[in-house]
Amino acid sequence: MPNQESILQAQNVHFRYDPEQPKYAVDGVTLDIRRGEFVAVLGANGCGKSTLAKHFNAILLPEAGTVLVEGMDTRNEDHLYDVRQKVGMVFQNPDNQIVATIVEEDVAFAPENLGVPPEEIRTRIDEAMKLAGIYEKRDAAPYKLSGGQKQRVAIAGVIAMRPDCLVLDESTAMLDPHGRAQVMKTIHQLRAAGITIVSITHYMEEAAQADRVLVMSRGRIVMEGTPEQVFSQTEKLHSYHLDVPQAAELRDELVKAGIPMPENVITPEACAEELFKLLK
Amino acid sequence: MLKDITIGQHFPGHSVLHRCDPRLKLVATIAYIVVLFVAPNPLGLALSIALLAALYKIAQIPGKMILKSLKPIVPIVIFTAVLNLFFVTGQGEPLVHFWVLNIYIEGVKYAILLAVRVCALIAGTSLLTYTTSPIVLTDAIESLLRPLAKLHFPVHELAMMMTIALRFIPTLIEETEKIMNAQKARGAMLDSGTFTQRIKALVPILIPLFISAFRRADELAMAMECRCYHGGEGRTRLKQLKFTSEDFRCLVVIAVALVVIACTRLFVPGLA
Amino acid sequence: MSEIIRVENLSYIYNLGMPDATKALDDVSFTVEEGDFVGIIGSTGSGKSTLISHFNGLNRPTSGRVLVDGKDLWEQGADLRSFRFLVGLVMQYPEYQLFEETCAKDIAYGPRNMGLDEAEIQRRIKEAAAFVGLSDELLEKSPFELSGGQKRRVAIAGVMAMHPRVLVLDEPAAGLDPEGRDTILSQIKDYHKKTGITVLLVSHSMEDIAKYANRVLVMHRAKIAMYDTVENVFARAQELLELGLSVPQVTQIFLKLRQMGLDIPADVYTIPYAVKTIQKALAAKQAGEVQ
Repeated sequence: MPNQESILQAQNVHFRYDPEQPKYAVDGVTLDIRRGEFVAVLGANGCGKSTLAKHFNAILLPEAGTVLVEGMDTRNEDHLYDVRQKVGMVFQNPDNQIVATIVEEDVAFAPENLGVPPEEIRTRIDEAMKLAGIYEKRDAAPYKLSGGQKQRVAIAGVIAMRPDCLVLDESTAMLDPHGRAQVMKTIHQLRAAGITIVSITHYMEEAAQADRVLVMSRGRIVMEGTPEQVFSQTEKLHSYHLDVPQAAELRDELVKAGIPMPENVITPEACAEELFKLLK
Repeated sequence: MLKDITIGQHFPGHSVLHRCDPRLKLVATIAYIVVLFVAPNPLGLALSIALLAALYKIAQIPGKMILKSLKPIVPIVIFTAVLNLFFVTGQGEPLVHFWVLNIYIEGVKYAILLAVRVCALIAGTSLLTYTTSPIVLTDAIESLLRPLAKLHFPVHELAMMMTIALRFIPTLIEETEKIMNAQKARGAMLDSGTFTQRIKALVPILIPLFISAFRRADELAMAMECRCYHGGEGRTRLKQLKFTSEDFRCLVVIAVALVVIACTRLFVPGLA
Repeated sequence: MSEIIRVENLSYIYNLGMPDATKALDDVSFTVEEGDFVGIIGSTGSGKSTLISHFNGLNRPTSGRVLVDGKDLWEQGADLRSFRFLVGLVMQYPEYQLFEETCAKDIAYGPRNMGLDEAEIQRRIKEAAAFVGLSDELLEKSPFELSGGQKRRVAIAGVMAMHPRVLVLDEPAAGLDPEGRDTILSQIKDYHKKTGITVLLVSHSMEDIAKYANRVLVMHRAKIAMYDTVENVFARAQELLELGLSVPQVTQIFLKLRQMGLDIPADVYTIPYAVKTIQKALAAKQAGEVQ
């Protein structure tokens, strides 16, 4: 469960891809992610969420403001590999993250880079592959796997560094519903193992499973709260070009039609329960 | 179809040859090629083929795989054999005299020996790729070239490039098929028309393919950085190549066999 | 209405004669009426993509026949290429097929392959661009300067410009953000309404199928599991779940209410319909209490 210890901190972070242009991709973001938390970041395309994510492991460095990973400033080059080892990053296209031609060799890539002794690499990768649920596929060639399996190979490849935090940058966007469910299951397992999760997503149903939801628009954080708090504000979310889960939308429409429904109904289970109370 | 293009086909198995240290196999293959050239006499060739047949038998690779590996080079073999047939001149009377062309008995012998030698060469290198997966072969190359790293030869980088190339070949083949289908769906004619028309028709396939390859390279580079990649320095490996006593026995057997074949040139006159 | 696509006992086997041969389509038969908007769903590997690549002859049936507008694609002497223009296929992630210097030129690729004259090509570029909401300014830009959603719209316009009688789209909204998804799908719906052409839409999102299609074809393990109107298919929500498919959240809610013992219709798949159903149920309950 989340405690008060900060793992990622951003203080007034500004970033532009092109310093000639006045527009900031990340425009003054301050946030604090605590150890063990599962945070979902939502926002329309081009809102700066992926740019922000790349600041958490020093792929990008802030133009102004600071990013701290477990207290280490990402701009300090001495800590570069410590930061990258603490914060694992998984991207959208699983095909473009897998380096080796055999699953277990790929999972071993990061520990090899870190100079871990061979016997320990073996323990680490077995543990990572089990946690990601692809241990059975360890001898397979990655191109023969399904999208969901490939993405879990990518996750295992990052988990093998034994990071404290995992940042997923739209890692379910290219998967089918089955693959998405597999990856979500893995995320919950990692969380149970104590890993902090920051997930950037377009899927409201996934965000509804998080502890906390952040909404970004034009490089800023514009909404923040529990999924219940955020998804009850349908109108406001629509104004940021986002959806709400259908259950929340139904609740809203019912209220508009004069049917009394309580706030904070965002899952189909809760919605069915409330309707049952109303109709039984 | 594109999927038929396979580079370094691997034929998985559990024989001694499959288990053998890839460095030994690689060096032995090179030695075998050298021996084929230093012993260009009929006896040497016969022994080489016998050795190869024995190794194929041990590796339990079906004979039709040999034929499969030879198929693509048949035109080259025939071409060079025919050239030799016509252009090697002998001392005696020509066997056949036709227009300006003369075929001598030496030409026939030479053409046959050459064809057999090329076939033995291909079958031998194929045995290496049949019994060794590309990734293991890459490890072997990296390991064998490691002394060169001291001379600032980019050994690790070379091996990394080979690994990534092997990893992305199937992905890019699949991608090419998808792009071809997408353009065919818009009426592209890829397999008809004149030569220039066909070349032109490739543009809508090559441009998206290159753009996609660059995008993949970009993303892969970032993903590798995220996994703390910083070149070969201080890197460890999950799989260490170990030279076992079994490998040592294989080394002795193969070395003796190759030396015997090489020595045939001392007793039997060669042709080259 | 007349029938535009007829599929008769279609089977397709990948890697025929190889040890890893797999049956991707197994004796599939169905017809599509001209002007329909058919949603095609099914989990990955169920045969959806293989099926749609038969409509324009990218795949050749292992056995069985495919007829478009009454003509067999693989009949002796049939001009296969003419079917590519009759059935416009938009593949997954179609932005990866763009190659020209400007969007306008890329959209013109299909019409140019058809051998149309320049004036007609220009007219079609304008028309297709309007359908997908591309401004004149964007048309003159390089496709590689555009955003992901815009690129995809250029690719779709490139197929619309061929004036196909059937438009087939394989997950046109995959990987886009919610707004990009809605934009593209409503543009397709709009195009369907205005031109009356037949649309086949492959999607993993039940919500999208429910919102846009009038008929649904459900594929499961190389066979057709269901082919019916949207209402009738979603009324079998329980079966869909058993096939490993998801149903819209609203449908899930009504399914749960039925499991809890409420006598409520199960074929609810859109929000407005759900609100109406609940209002009706409430009114019935109040009437019952009054009596």
